[in-house]
Amino acid sequence: MGLSIRQNEIDAIRGHGARDYPNECCGILLGHADDGRKQVVEAVSLRNLRTVPEEAQKLLPLESPGRESERNRFLIDPREQMRVEKDARARGLDVVGYYHSHPDHPARPSNYDREHAWPWYSYLILSVAKGEPADLTSWVLAEHRGQFDPEPVEVL
Amino acid sequence: MPVTVLIPTPLRQYTGKKESVVVEAKTVAEALQSLTAEYADLRRHLFTDDGKLRNFVNVYLGDEDIRFLQKDQTPLNDKDVLSIVPSIAGGEDLHCICK
Repeated sequence: MGLSIRQNEIDAIRGHGARDYPNECCGILLGHADDGRKQVVEAVSLRNLRTVPEEAQKLLPLESPGRESERNRFLIDPREQMRVEKDARARGLDVVGYYHSHPDHPARPSNYDREHAWPWYSYLILSVAKGEPADLTSWVLAEHRGQFDPEPVEVL
Repeated sequence: MPVTVLIPTPLRQYTGKKESVVVEAKTVAEALQSLTAEYADLRRHLFTDDGKLRNFVNVYLGDEDIRFLQKDQTPLNDKDVLSIVPSIAGGEDLHCICK
């Protein structure tokens, strides 16, 4: 396993995390996968649908909306996801994972991340500390779903 | 009638790496039944133990979420395309949202 990504794409993700602070940002990673190794060709920024609570609640309701918001939750709009995926397929690219930010929190997956994760995808997490992008890590859900395993990232 | 089901990347390991599968079905429920009859390992990723579609699984008929159509009883037409779209969500731990 492992993920390779160009510095350009990393810079784009870091810029997105800083721009959307103090909200969580999110996006999709397009590229190729071969024998468990993934190569990111493009990181596409998407809107955090939690910034539109009335729409997000219809799709995936929050359990305690008083404590949960776009500052500590993200949700990708499935219609945007489909549109990006369709466009990617036409260019011979697959969805290999997703990224999101943790404003003023470490770049480690939370329980909420784990409960909502899918196997196989790479989940890049960017910590944004007081508006400044900090650590960026990658994780893959273990087959038994009990934990996330760290994934080595190779910067090209 | 034949309809096409698009399989997202994490689930292709259960469909022999196929990106799409053609099934015979008249409703969404029938399409998902025949899909999981052919690829049994898919079942636990799409359905709960009591046979309900999982919360984190979105199914779209063309550009429409079946939840806002007739759910799994949504009728299908020849050559319709169903997309299985994983719900992608996450966020920080809540026990310390203190800054």
